[in-house]
Amino acid sequence: MAEIRVMREDLLPPKEPPRRHLISIGDLEREDVERLLATARSFERSLERELKKLPTLRGKTVVNVFYESSTRTSSSFELAAKRLSADTMSIKAAGSSVDKGESLKDTALTLGAYDPDVIVIRHPQIGAPQLVARFTGAHVVNAGDGKHQHPTQALLDLYTIQEELGRIEGLHVAIVGDVLHSRVARSNIQALALMGARVTLVGPPPLIPRGIEAMGCEVAYEIDAIKAADVVYVLRMQRERMAEGANYVPSLREYTARWGVTAERLRPGQKVMHPGPMNRGVEIDGAVADAADALIERQVRSGLVVRMAVLYDLLTHGPAGVQAGALHEIGAA
Amino acid sequence: MLFGKTGEENLVVRGARVIDPAEGVDALLDVRVDAGVVAQLGTNLETNEHRVIDGEGLVLAPAFVDPHVHLRTPGREDEETIATGSAAAAAGGYCAILAMPNTEPVVDSAPVLGSLTEAAQTDAEVPVGFLAAITKGQEGAELTEMAELGDAGAAGFTDDGRPVVAPGLMRRALQYSSVTGRRLALHCEEPTLSKGGQMHEGAVSAELGFAGYPSVAESLMVARDLALAGYERRPLHLMHMSARESVEALSRAQVGGVAATGEVTPHHLCLTDEAVRSLDSNVKMNPPLRAEEDRQALIAGLRDGTIAAVATDHAPHARHEKEVPFEAAPFGVTGLETAFPALYTHLVEPGLLKLETVLERMSTGPARAYGLDAPRIAVGAPANLVLLDLNASRRVAESDFRSRSANSWLLGETVKGQVRLTVAAGRVAYEG
Repeated sequence: MAEIRVMREDLLPPKEPPRRHLISIGDLEREDVERLLATARSFERSLERELKKLPTLRGKTVVNVFYESSTRTSSSFELAAKRLSADTMSIKAAGSSVDKGESLKDTALTLGAYDPDVIVIRHPQIGAPQLVARFTGAHVVNAGDGKHQHPTQALLDLYTIQEELGRIEGLHVAIVGDVLHSRVARSNIQALALMGARVTLVGPPPLIPRGIEAMGCEVAYEIDAIKAADVVYVLRMQRERMAEGANYVPSLREYTARWGVTAERLRPGQKVMHPGPMNRGVEIDGAVADAADALIERQVRSGLVVRMAVLYDLLTHGPAGVQAGALHEIGAA
Repeated sequence: MLFGKTGEENLVVRGARVIDPAEGVDALLDVRVDAGVVAQLGTNLETNEHRVIDGEGLVLAPAFVDPHVHLRTPGREDEETIATGSAAAAAGGYCAILAMPNTEPVVDSAPVLGSLTEAAQTDAEVPVGFLAAITKGQEGAELTEMAELGDAGAAGFTDDGRPVVAPGLMRRALQYSSVTGRRLALHCEEPTLSKGGQMHEGAVSAELGFAGYPSVAESLMVARDLALAGYERRPLHLMHMSARESVEALSRAQVGGVAATGEVTPHHLCLTDEAVRSLDSNVKMNPPLRAEEDRQALIAGLRDGTIAAVATDHAPHARHEKEVPFEAAPFGVTGLETAFPALYTHLVEPGLLKLETVLERMSTGPARAYGLDAPRIAVGAPANLVLLDLNASRRVAESDFRSRSANSWLLGETVKGQVRLTVAAGRVAYEG
């Protein structure tokens, strides 16, 4: 039977063309995620070699445009592109024509005129990556758009879980904190649900968006709910959200007292993750962040290889395509 | 109260299915117009050397009245003018439209209003009525000089685009507007609940990450204003209703004897918040597209007459202002040229509303809500007629718009139901 199936697949037209853009986890199928994680793993092995640079994307251009401050995401994309021998250019909103009031459309048209192969964009407004995709011919990678999506963060989190716990399917992940304002949470809920994990959101009611259960997660308001999880994913508590009069929570002090992730609230062996940057002593206790069960540094390392995998996947025709030799070269069977 | 070109057309529309729900007419008839007035209905009418229009296979109905249009003049003539907006109205089958006062400057004084009514006399392809503001500068602090504005021809009063936030001021507006004999029309939005909201609060906003604009932000204000109207025994008109709870509150108030009317837009009748998944700025409007249960309640409210009127809330925006990420885009979509085909395609064809209901709510309903003479197909009535081809389809394309803006939610969609002829105030305003 299996042989017949293979033959039938041979008769089918080639698999879907590679994704043009990575804007939302919602655009991906499970096979896409599995392929990306497998590619990341082969890149991770390649980085163990003495010469860390691969020739795979030689001659390609990757432009990073960051309209919001970022350390780990922008540096990780830049290094990922360099490790693959692509030319990179990074533009920050401050000090650029954006400061002079240029619209995103015009910035996109300007950058598009250089024919970049990939534009990586972070923007405070939802939908900015779609707009750039509309006005340029480049592959667009969303490095965070407002409160909407941060797909490479979710992919690197999946990769970290897969590598550290050996599987994703069937695991229980508690996401704790300010879900309302978190693109990381939205991408992770979708990604974890796609891969068969169970997700529980935990936090104060005003910070858990109404109707979010429809994404395929559960909601609990008591911090005790994290005890049942295999992985506790702590979200950054953004101080600017606590501006006077916003009243999402009465005070950071009360938030920490009620929802801060401390050693006492965890059970031994639970893994702890955080997308960074952390507010030690607010959403996460310093001792928890530094403990052996914390995967926070591992997440950063995963970020590099996952972003290499994303760039590779967008710019080649996938593992079965013309660039198959490149994967072979770096040791993937 | 209406200002624009009029005519004394002589014509005969032959063999159309004449539907005037308010007059109880639905028959294959010829209609003769003499000097801009309906002169005779019957079969095989004498043409008297009038121009003859073949109506065979078409529907002839009272032309539409749009109680909610933004003409953007004065101030944003790059987005719309009296001439282009009224030409768009004519192409949509309208014989009268009401323009909102949230312009730059706001229509809050007789001189500003006078400049508009004067311009409309020469520029307006179909008669236009102008609403004036309830409060000076629409700032929600001081009442405008409503009596003088009424004398200068204001068709009603509204702070549309903004709610009248203070209940005490709303009450004074209801009391004082009685001296004008004109309606107050209200944009119901509780601003601390809608603050920052980009779309309906629900499962879709939760997933997309947009700040939510919950239904209760509207229905709370609707309930307050209906309570005040009941207490003051004054009529009022609720604009662009979007939430199920608002329809329920209006229905309860009407049963309780409040003289309240309501309007709903084609986009709230045809779309839900699911459409926002496209992140297309042409589905961003205030109030936002809501959930399917809200849409069904709006359709039911229109069907049973709780909601008297369809209003387009035609809100033109410059292309560069909409070609931005969803969150940065202004609220509003155009609608004058697509209202009938949108409703026919999305509601009449699937059997959700009867054609007669749609025709009535686009014509008689809105006219009555504002105390205007309703368009009629009856001997002696001014000729306000629309000839519709229900079988003709077209793909909505930017290049076809007479409006100066093209921020339509229907771009690229194929819709059924085309306007072939619009006669407004006795004058042929559009032929297509």
